[in-house]
Amino acid sequence: MKIGLDVGSTTLKCVVLDQDEKIVYQEYERHFSRITEKAAGMLRRIEKAFPQTHQMQIAVSGSAGMGLAENLGLPFVQEVYATRVAVNRLLPGTDVVIELGGEDAKILFLQGGLEVRMNGSCAGGTGAFIDQMATLLNITPDAMNELAKDYEKIYTIASRCGVFAKSDIQPLLNQGARKNDVSASIFAAVVNQTIAGLAQGRVIEGKVVYLGGPLTFLSELRAAFDRILGLTGVCPENSLYYVAMGAAMTPGSQEFDLEQAAEKITSYTAKENYKSCEPLFRSQAEYDAFCARHAADMVPQVDDTGAREVYIGIDAGSTTVKAVVIDQDENIICSRYLPNSGNPVPLIRDFLTDFYRDCPDAKVLASASTGYGEEIVKNAFGVDFGLVETIAHYTAAEKFRPDVDFIIDIGGQDIKCFKIRNHVIDNIFLNEACSSGCGSFLQTFAGALGDSIADFAQKGIFADRPVDLGSRCTVFMNSSVKQAQKDGAAVENISAGLSISVVKNALYKVIRAASADDLGEHIVVQGGTFLNDAVLRAFEQEIGRDVVRPNISGLMGAYGAALFAKKHAKAQSSLLNAEQLKEFTHKVQAVTCRGCSNNCRLTINTFNDGRRFIGGNRCEKPLANYTESERYSLYDYKRELLESYRPQEGFRGKIAIPMGLNMFELLPFWHTFFTRLGFEVVTSPASNRKLYLKGQATIPSDTVCFPAKLMHGHIQSLLDEGVDTIFYPCLSYNLDEGMGDNHYNCPVVAYYPEVIGANVAQMQKVRYIDDYVGLHRRKDFPVFMHKILCKYFVDISQKDVKAAADAAYGEYETYMAKIRKKGEEYLALAKEKNLPVIVLAGRPYHLDPEVNHGIDTLICDLGAVVVSEDSVSHLADPFPTKVLNQWTYHSRLYAAAKLVGDWQDPRINLVQLVSFGCGVDAITTDEVRRILEEKNRIYTQIKIDEITNLGAVKIRLRSLFAALGLGKEAAQ
Amino acid sequence: MSQEMERVEFTQEMKKDYTILVPNMLPVHFGFLIKVFEEYGYRLQILQNGGQAVVDAGLKYVHNDTCYPALLVIGQFMDALHSGAYDLHKTALLITQTGGGCRASNYIHLLRKALKKAGLEYIPVISLNLSGLEKNSGFQLTLPLLRKALAVLAYGDLLVLLHNQTRPYEVQPGSSQKLMDRWIDGLTRQMSVGKGLSLKEVKANLNAISDDYAALEVIPRPITKVGVVGEIYVKYSPLGNNNLEAFLHEQDCEVMVPGVIGFMLFKVDNRLEDIKLYGGSRAKYAVIDVLMQYLTRIETAVIDAAKRHSRVVAPSAYRHVKEMVEPVIGYGCKMGEGWLLTAEMIELVESGYQNIVCAQPFGCLPNHIVGKGMIRRIKNLYPKANIVPIDYDPGATRVNQENRIKLMLAVARESLPAEKTPETLANV
Repeated sequence: MKIGLDVGSTTLKCVVLDQDEKIVYQEYERHFSRITEKAAGMLRRIEKAFPQTHQMQIAVSGSAGMGLAENLGLPFVQEVYATRVAVNRLLPGTDVVIELGGEDAKILFLQGGLEVRMNGSCAGGTGAFIDQMATLLNITPDAMNELAKDYEKIYTIASRCGVFAKSDIQPLLNQGARKNDVSASIFAAVVNQTIAGLAQGRVIEGKVVYLGGPLTFLSELRAAFDRILGLTGVCPENSLYYVAMGAAMTPGSQEFDLEQAAEKITSYTAKENYKSCEPLFRSQAEYDAFCARHAADMVPQVDDTGAREVYIGIDAGSTTVKAVVIDQDENIICSRYLPNSGNPVPLIRDFLTDFYRDCPDAKVLASASTGYGEEIVKNAFGVDFGLVETIAHYTAAEKFRPDVDFIIDIGGQDIKCFKIRNHVIDNIFLNEACSSGCGSFLQTFAGALGDSIADFAQKGIFADRPVDLGSRCTVFMNSSVKQAQKDGAAVENISAGLSISVVKNALYKVIRAASADDLGEHIVVQGGTFLNDAVLRAFEQEIGRDVVRPNISGLMGAYGAALFAKKHAKAQSSLLNAEQLKEFTHKVQAVTCRGCSNNCRLTINTFNDGRRFIGGNRCEKPLANYTESERYSLYDYKRELLESYRPQEGFRGKIAIPMGLNMFELLPFWHTFFTRLGFEVVTSPASNRKLYLKGQATIPSDTVCFPAKLMHGHIQSLLDEGVDTIFYPCLSYNLDEGMGDNHYNCPVVAYYPEVIGANVAQMQKVRYIDDYVGLHRRKDFPVFMHKILCKYFVDISQKDVKAAADAAYGEYETYMAKIRKKGEEYLALAKEKNLPVIVLAGRPYHLDPEVNHGIDTLICDLGAVVVSEDSVSHLADPFPTKVLNQWTYHSRLYAAAKLVGDWQDPRINLVQLVSFGCGVDAITTDEVRRILEEKNRIYTQIKIDEITNLGAVKIRLRSLFAALGLGKEAAQ
Repeated sequence: MSQEMERVEFTQEMKKDYTILVPNMLPVHFGFLIKVFEEYGYRLQILQNGGQAVVDAGLKYVHNDTCYPALLVIGQFMDALHSGAYDLHKTALLITQTGGGCRASNYIHLLRKALKKAGLEYIPVISLNLSGLEKNSGFQLTLPLLRKALAVLAYGDLLVLLHNQTRPYEVQPGSSQKLMDRWIDGLTRQMSVGKGLSLKEVKANLNAISDDYAALEVIPRPITKVGVVGEIYVKYSPLGNNNLEAFLHEQDCEVMVPGVIGFMLFKVDNRLEDIKLYGGSRAKYAVIDVLMQYLTRIETAVIDAAKRHSRVVAPSAYRHVKEMVEPVIGYGCKMGEGWLLTAEMIELVESGYQNIVCAQPFGCLPNHIVGKGMIRRIKNLYPKANIVPIDYDPGATRVNQENRIKLMLAVARESLPAEKTPETLANV
């Protein structure tokens, strides 16, 4: 008999096969990281089940099994390989296997050239991801499955990574979206992630088999796969045990005495050869002194329900809802801290109901709300003020340390830090695309080990050798922890290690500080995560300085809102009173906005008195009080200009251009060039989600930037339209604008045509012109371009090419001149009308609304004029930079930053758009920041990806405007 | 334009008593290079520090989204400077600058930023480049120096090639390593007295190395052959690739890592390709062509030496490699490792190393194109190609990387001849 033991990242599975490879025993359990103990137990139970057999062959497999096998001298079979062995044996004729596990996602293509794909460094689309999302919804994965059966619509959720997905889901919940729809959307996201991340150009078709825990347990996940792939997959019997069976089936495993093997596993205490950091505390005395010091920073809580005047602050955060009531002395009368299971409205209603019941004689003078749910709470309950959370936190911190110059708040999924200069928020750091090491991560991890977050963190206090996990992405952290476990780290040391890494992430990834002096002298820390002494201690150790942690660390947003309300109180509060609250009802309905091509998914919240609140909108169009006001945006202007290049019938037939990446700048050039030559130049349609999904199966590298990935959709649309010639040339060099040391394109823009040609199989059926073109050598261009065209067409003369080229260069210059002229015009206009200006600096393709998610419009809605980097960069003279200034598009960024710095006009500010995964921007962002900060200007960066929700972006921009005292809000 | 005025120049004065620190990328090759520079009066030292301290220093001083090689190279410098082992006022740093459209050309600026952050901006940083990007009065790449420097790369390429092809089969464990050490020693000694640096002497030495390796006793046996390609730093540097070569050896594989001379040829050839694709001066073309020819002579010397013995799989000539890749990707694709990386994968498949690890820093831009981007096309042409892309960055763990490589090896072992022992299969 043979035993196959599959040690997965979260579960342990084993099978015993007899001579005929029939399963005679099987077991499945979660191991909660106690792998050795559980594995030994399993072997003992097998021994009991088969008392007459003492010797059995054993083979180990699974992502967490390697260490165990190595150390015990048991044969190890790589898990994907094991799956393949089992599928070939049991389900011959299978074309594709899709297997999702705790932290792994795999696709095996078995026919026509075996190919095996595993998820890379990213855990999006795995069981862990589904668990994380279920936690966020505050239900079990099974309940999620039940809910998904009754969905009405699918929301777009970024599927790459749990982190992104969260920032999509949270606002949906806050806006009151139905959990049924959210659940189904999560499953759809998993499917899209699996296809986009793993198919890499191979079509999933034929006989498809689903394996692994999530696909076994969740019928709706299978349904989502079936629906999106357009086929019916099979989830076979024993679908949980294929890895274990494959391991047992692989020849070559050795005979072991079961008792001995179990003994060996039990006595196997790993070597503890992991890297460690200093312990947090060396003694109880040290810890006591630490506690005593922090106990001093407190707001008194008064236990008085009598008649008095009060102010209410509400912070509807991403994972928690906080509410505080203060009196005239700013003492806290009552407070509440609740996990936000999605919809903050019922939580606040309960809080207010309780408050009115307990303190019937209190008189509310004013109220304010802040956080992700600020708007819905404000609308639902008639809250007097809404304020951006950064301001709320500063208001509260100032109360504890009037001279505070640095605030760091680590909450559920946000890290917020701000520098204060002259009592004004001067610089804001937010974790945008990355929630590494935030509270919710600690929580998920504690949950995996069967602990509460507080208990889990507390375990690390006296850890002797905390694991050094470094600073890294949440997703990576999972595998680091896995490695630490493999190396024998105890739970205490992992706990302490995680607390330390939370801090390191904040310091080195979000703030990117080189030393404590970079932060400030008077630091206030807050947010629920700092309530854990281990995190607080790690922070003080890392920066080598004592900090202030208020006793209401987790309530600071709400307390700040209450203080704000007190400061701005008018005669009468508009907050619903006890009577009105009794009548209060809340209904949610989801619709699609038809206001424009964005087709936003709106959630309409209707309250008992007929008031409505609309969420999910990118612009203000669907709102009742919307009036078409004048918008000054260079982004609109550029889009209009590009739209004017329409197809004109030509005797040579159609030539198609995909509208992505650098084509956003070069369309005027190529359109003119080919039109002159007698071609009808057609372009791919405007980007949208559907178009992106169309092309996602052919993306070979899932970590490339989103604009590049979107290119696949554009190409696919052109192919679907049946065009026979596609023009998308490679361009190592861009045009030289004389602003830098060189004039390259970034490698992705330069060579993406190669990727398209190599990965979109259908390209072989069309005439694909992807040659290397040297636009930068105007004189040589016609000769070389003529040579290229001769490869594809017969009767184009060099003379014609020369004439077309002259016209094309001319048109390009005209186009750029128009943009520059408009830029200057808008700057003058802003000055005249005294409007703030945002130089929204990115790359030409950030013009695409599917790429920028309407950030340009959002800024306009906040009351600013938007100009683009290329509409002002010509105003700067060449100047020295501290990096090699070698990319044309990026030279414009530096120039724009230089101008904003030199102008010293507080109303003109720069916001840089950065594509997630853009390697070049690792360099440009630091340099743009340096150029601005050298002139004491605020640097704001917005990372964009597939993410479609603007919540975090809005906070950022509102904070910026608030810090500057600019825009509509300030005007009110 | 990049900043010139604030740069600390490496002066003639400094040349006298400064130690120049060099990051460790190609342990064997760089050892020889140092000797060449010594002959011209420079004191170079290769950094040997590694481990988490280097990664931490990198994370602390470099933008965390920057590519992993930059993080490690700069981390290694900063860690060394803080170690107390160097007189900081008598120390300079040397770093390569390729000058292409990849962000690697910016390493030097990131290094200066890091120095400034640490308050060490007085330490001169020397750019080693062939593009005339930055000049230092005390550090000049004269033509004779350059010729010798390029020539000694041949030693490194051949030694590594022969060692990799001998070690898994040696009868006396450790004999291949011993022979390599002996040659490194012998060549270093030759160079100390100014010998072994002319092309003629290089050729003679290469042939002698090849003969010595042929004389080592080996038993051929069928084991998995694995090729390694990738971004140049993580491809070669054990610090960058978590000791990839050592891991593959442990898994009982023969490893083939294409040499560095091919990369040099590629970088020079790019200038010719630019002129061919977009136009340019004939005179410039002629000058570059001379360098191209010199490098080709060095390459030929390595190939000829390897070919002296039939047991050795000699590397293909650059020209041939370039022809092979023609149907797959354009010659204009030149940033980073460019089309050469794709070409090396094809060359490996054709010479019997169809199992390939494609090592790249997480998010490396050129690799999206020439690595992961081209695997589909290679597999269409060579269905037996078994390629696994592995990402390296401070967050990627060894467990995950090794698990992926093991999967590739499991598939590879299926096509091994049947006489394998049960143990080797069980260790899959």
